[in-house]
Amino acid sequence: MSDLVATNLDMVFSLPDETTVHALKDVNFTLKKGELLAVLGPSGCGKTTLLNIIAGFLHPTGGSIKLGGKIIEEPGVDRGMVFQQGALFEWLTVADNVNFGLRMKNAEQSEIVEKVEEWLEIVGLQGFGDTPTYQLSGGMQQRVALARCLINNPDLILMDEPLGALDALTREKMQSLVLKIWKETGKTIMIITHSVEEALLLGERLFVMAPRPGRLHKEYQLPFSEMGLTGDPRDIKNDDRFVETKEEILEMIWNMEEEIMGKVESN
Amino acid sequence: MTIVGVLYVILAAMLVWSIIHGQKVIRTERTDAVFGNPIRTMGGWHWVICGVSSLMLFWLTFSWDAGKAFFPEAANELCQVAKLNRAVKPIRSAYPLDNRYLLSTRLLERDFKQIDLLYVRLSGGDFNSEDRAELNDIINLMRDALAAQADSKFISPDTEGRFKEIADRINRVADDLLDEGYPGPADPQLLQEALAQPGWGESSTEIPPLPKSDRGRGFDAAAVVMEQIAKDYGKIRNDSPHITSMIEEIKSRIDGFVIDDSGSEHTIERRAELLKQIEKISKRVDDLKIFPAQITDDVEAALVNLENAMDTRQGPLKMIDTWAMPGGSILAGNNACSEQGSGRWLPKPSDTLATFLHMANPNQGYKGFPLLWFKMKPVAEMVGFLTPDWITVLIPGDHARHNDLGQIEPSFKDKVYNIATSNFNSFSVPVPTGHIWDSIMRVLAGLFLGILLGVPLGIFMGLSRFVKGFFDPLIELYRPIPPLAWAPLILTIFGIQDDGKIFLLFMVAFAIMVISARTGATGTQLSKIHAAHSLGASNRQIIRQVILPNSLPEILTGIRISIGVCWGTLVAAEMLAGTTGIGFVENVARKQSDYEIIWMTIIVMGLLGLIFDVIMRFVIDKAIPWRGKG
Repeated sequence: MSDLVATNLDMVFSLPDETTVHALKDVNFTLKKGELLAVLGPSGCGKTTLLNIIAGFLHPTGGSIKLGGKIIEEPGVDRGMVFQQGALFEWLTVADNVNFGLRMKNAEQSEIVEKVEEWLEIVGLQGFGDTPTYQLSGGMQQRVALARCLINNPDLILMDEPLGALDALTREKMQSLVLKIWKETGKTIMIITHSVEEALLLGERLFVMAPRPGRLHKEYQLPFSEMGLTGDPRDIKNDDRFVETKEEILEMIWNMEEEIMGKVESN
Repeated sequence: MTIVGVLYVILAAMLVWSIIHGQKVIRTERTDAVFGNPIRTMGGWHWVICGVSSLMLFWLTFSWDAGKAFFPEAANELCQVAKLNRAVKPIRSAYPLDNRYLLSTRLLERDFKQIDLLYVRLSGGDFNSEDRAELNDIINLMRDALAAQADSKFISPDTEGRFKEIADRINRVADDLLDEGYPGPADPQLLQEALAQPGWGESSTEIPPLPKSDRGRGFDAAAVVMEQIAKDYGKIRNDSPHITSMIEEIKSRIDGFVIDDSGSEHTIERRAELLKQIEKISKRVDDLKIFPAQITDDVEAALVNLENAMDTRQGPLKMIDTWAMPGGSILAGNNACSEQGSGRWLPKPSDTLATFLHMANPNQGYKGFPLLWFKMKPVAEMVGFLTPDWITVLIPGDHARHNDLGQIEPSFKDKVYNIATSNFNSFSVPVPTGHIWDSIMRVLAGLFLGILLGVPLGIFMGLSRFVKGFFDPLIELYRPIPPLAWAPLILTIFGIQDDGKIFLLFMVAFAIMVISARTGATGTQLSKIHAAHSLGASNRQIIRQVILPNSLPEILTGIRISIGVCWGTLVAAEMLAGTTGIGFVENVARKQSDYEIIWMTIIVMGLLGLIFDVIMRFVIDKAIPWRGKG
């Protein structure tokens, strides 16, 4: 019953110079438990705004959003977040970053140690518990961020371009890790990305959003994430359907950006 | 050679070595070709040696400590030279050797100017025509008398002869000086007395004056002769009959002049005033100290001759004076010789160290208080200081009353009261004390209070629009005011004891801590706060666990700056008032012009500041290793 339901979401920002920006308009969707949703779209289409509303950092100006039947009012442990730069606490060690959530609710010391061990192993960072986070590479930092988020056992995991700052090789590894975790834990995941390829590889469902005002433009149901759990991602990328969908979406986004540029120029 | 001499040689060797080593490193270690690469400034401790030894060499040289170490006897000999210089000074100053113009030229110019002024004033119309004509004549006469003194026609053969005689005598002194044997064997008793004198700088007489060496005795004897010559020179007057008769006439005509007492009181006053002026200038004409220019040539040549002879006889002394005693020279006074120049305000390192060691002796100290030492203090006193007296009031029951036998059985309340007022026996523990300790404690107390109140306020100003808006005007208004501007007020309110100084330092540290904590708090990345929120942290936990550690780099930098500013403010505050502290020491030394103590306090302050900063750098490295890497 912990579905995510958005009804007629509306978000209008008032700027200091009296103008307004319509960031989201009439957004309706339902995300069932255990689904993996990827959200794509050109800059300024309201992807991050949508994510911040779901996380509880923003209040929508219209409509409602419910998780498990409860209206989202404020940030909570039922929704974990992973940020682009990791947003790790660099003054803490890897273990202290991972157990941050447990410490905040004053969990038992034995439980903390046990869970940290478990999650460090899942994300492939055994033995790094005492390492200061500022000594880690970008990919390792994102693994810590994943573990930190998952240790709280959230119903929904929100990822804001989590792999955007990584190099191509690390990125592929992290994509497999995300798929693995999704499969093993059965969590609902919503991932925002700039990369069409990543969205196709990871997303079970895919929303393409359009700007001005930000809205859901098109939805896809994709088979590739299921294939990725078993097959080689490189084979998937050469799959005809994959290439075809990719071209279609790329053209869609291209046209949207052209349209924005045109609008700007005509102004 | 003395310790200072050895040190000087070692320092010089270190300076040379560090430069050579540095050059070698530069040649072998070309790590970068781009200007501005930060790696260029890493390492290079040999340049620290270079800098330190340059500084020490500079100090040793310009305080004449090196000169004293290498040429301990030079001061006594230069003192004798100074005596001769002092003796010849009255004659030399009349010639264009030390001055730009001949004395006669200067006198003539001055007197003619005055006479011209008299003409102007006479034409003012205060006198009737008859009186004016008479006074005009007198002034004309004075003018002529001056001109006659400058004219070689009127010089008397006697005066001319006396100039020749003076020139001969000076030449004789010069010849004597050139004679190594002059002035003959030393009087054994005098020599013994001279050798028994303390050395250079060893007593309150800076440089004892009796000559020790043969060369010194030569200059000393020449100085005695020279003094007589100068006296005789001073007596020479340009008193030829022609000039003296003119002077007589001027005198009698001034004496014979009667001031017309008609007209207003004011006019009469002005007439008397002008006559007084005329009389005054007539007395200058009467000095007869102006001579024709040619007649002085012999003496001038003799003076140059003497100067050359002095240089020759001084030999290496001249070099020592220039190189080992830079920025001044040794001057002779009536009873002693003294260093004049940088040696006056730049004390010798060895003397400064001696003064420091003297004061560092805890039994000596400064003004009855040690610099830095410890004293035994009973624990009772500290317990009593830390326990507030009002605690007794909270204890139930009454204070004891005496019983019928006159005995007093102390109650529990009494016992607590005794503890709160230090009234019990206890063992003693050593506690640091002294001027330096007092200064350090004041800084630390002010800093501690500043951090305790400033950091929370700064963080809340970074988080809350209300707190920021409410406190911003207050802090921004008082922060730019120089701390010492508050000093008079604070000293009035809190008194001259520690409270006022600590409050002053608190104000300084508080503003800096507020601003740095605020900068740190507002600099927290939003994504970190979002992450903490979604991990279930409460507001209080976010402040403690995210914002505070995130502001730590700014807070620690703030502390580092605060320490520096507090230290500077403290020393100034201690100069205003108080009876202890390193600033107090300097202030007393300042009033007594005791430069050794002044430099000592300056060095102590510098070193303490350096120690504070090194500690803070260490703390920063340990506490925030992630700085710049996040």
